Amino acid sequence: MELFLDSTVEAARLLFGADPYVREVLWLSLRVSGAAVAVGLAIGLPIGIGIGLTRFPGRRFVVALVHTGFALPPVVVGLFVYMMLSRAGPAGSFRMLFTPSAMVLAQALLAAPYIAGITLAAVQAVPADVRLQARGLGATGWRAVLAHVREARLGVVAAIIAGFGAVISEVGAVLLVGGNIRGETRVMTTAIVLETRRGNFAVAIALGILLLAAAFAVNLLLTSVQQGRPGWRTTGPGHTS
Amino acid sequence: MPILRGEGLVRRYGGRAVVAVDEIEVRHGEVVAILGPNGAGKSTLFRMLALLERPDHGRVFLDGRPASPGDTASIRRLGTVFQRPYLFAGSVGWNVGWGLRQRRVQARDRERQVREALDSTGLAAMADEDVATLSGGERQRVALARAVATRPEILLLDEPTASLDITLKREFRQDLDRLVRNSAAAAILITHDPTDAFGLADRIAIMEAGSIVQEGTPEDVIVSPATPFAAALTGAELLLDGVVESDEGGLVTVRVGEALVVVAGTDPHVRVGRRVHVAYRPEDVVLASLSAVGVTSAINRFDVRVRAVVPAGPLVRVRLEGDVSLAALVTRRSAETLALTPGASAVARIKATALRAFVAS
Repeated sequence: MELFLDSTVEAARLLFGADPYVREVLWLSLRVSGAAVAVGLAIGLPIGIGIGLTRFPGRRFVVALVHTGFALPPVVVGLFVYMMLSRAGPAGSFRMLFTPSAMVLAQALLAAPYIAGITLAAVQAVPADVRLQARGLGATGWRAVLAHVREARLGVVAAIIAGFGAVISEVGAVLLVGGNIRGETRVMTTAIVLETRRGNFAVAIALGILLLAAAFAVNLLLTSVQQGRPGWRTTGPGHTS
Repeated sequence: MPILRGEGLVRRYGGRAVVAVDEIEVRHGEVVAILGPNGAGKSTLFRMLALLERPDHGRVFLDGRPASPGDTASIRRLGTVFQRPYLFAGSVGWNVGWGLRQRRVQARDRERQVREALDSTGLAAMADEDVATLSGGERQRVALARAVATRPEILLLDEPTASLDITLKREFRQDLDRLVRNSAAAAILITHDPTDAFGLADRIAIMEAGSIVQEGTPEDVIVSPATPFAAALTGAELLLDGVVESDEGGLVTVRVGEALVVVAGTDPHVRVGRRVHVAYRPEDVVLASLSAVGVTSAINRFDVRVRAVVPAGPLVRVRLEGDVSLAALVTRRSAETLALTPGASAVARIKATALRAFVAS
């Protein structure tokens, strides 16, 4: 009990004391995970929308493949990216290993299946008739697709939330490809591992609390976007779909 | 020249032709109703005329020029209202302005057109309401406002009253009539409801099993229905099937069970020996008591027995059985005077000109 109390006090001290080390690690965590979600969106969103909107032979197999991505062990993804980026690997010449870019790449591969899979389900749940009706109202083909995706926005934002949740909390991939170098690639999860190994449990737990608080703040922002009321201006400009 | 014309439109699903329409057109200032039962292919025809579905054969012409399915510029000349309109998440006003935003109408003009559409559909007070909270009737109004806000040259409506209750239908129909006449150069109304078609249209096309089987003014369809379905739509009932025994210059005699029925109105395919359906309207059946059958011009006379008497507003519907089964629509007073109670005997008379024979399919 005393340990948890000490940890909470330590977390408050680290947070409000504006410890430069913690601030740096927290900021890198958010930057890496944010960038990874952005890259994951660029990969997963078109895949999810594409599969959600279309019917083709073997579609079930492809959907199952995307869903299998939910079960990707971060350490296996890390290993794969490590091998790709190591000097002997096909992308070794980029010298990305043990850089935040490598961590972004690994985490993006973890986020993309969540984003694709949940987007796919959300887009599929919207009646297909929407695009036809949008076309009937004068929308171009692309605008009609945008209108369809907009109607699936609750699910699409849920996909982003799930993708962010998957990467902000993972340690295996970033540890392998980042190397946990202080001031370079150390993020919250790898810092927690380090502090635990050193026996600094209070600091480790405090970092954990901070990580959760940061994740909550990001999710609160995303949830506000998700639960907001778009299309509320009667006639005003600025709406594209 | 028709503003919209479909020519040789064929659409097949799984090898089966669900629509095969030789021609259908609407002219400036005209409302055409495509009336038919569920499954007749009306909605498929609607989508093809709205340029939202490509026909396997045939073309759609706008002002005499071929219009390509999916061509946005052509689609923007039309205003479509679907049977189950999908309202986009947001406010009523935002939905009404949806089509205008696609057309990149300037903000000031857009605002004015949305206001006009809201006013004309009785939605002005609901502009900022969430569409998720609307009733079925209100949703239909929003869909209609959304279509008329773009000031279409042709308004296409697919079963606009299908999901409304009887009171809302009446109100909506009145609004629809006013809006269609005021806002669009022409309109095509797809419906299975004869009240919509006869109440709103200048011309009616009856659609059965994918084809237009009759086209004409509402009066044409009422006076000379071309098929049993068309006859039923106009309130006619079918006698039992029969076989044509003779044809004397268009006056045919049909054997229906034990009875002989003389029919003046026939379709051109009725010949001696063919099986036919004979249709009549219950209001054309004249009932008399057995003791007081006067001489009338009604050539068909049947001895009948009253099976049931069912109130029908100010009238009563009398179900009769005998050599043929009939229904007659008479006033309550006549029913009382003739003592038309179940089991009572009577004489039913009907003029040959009030009967119509159709070749049985």
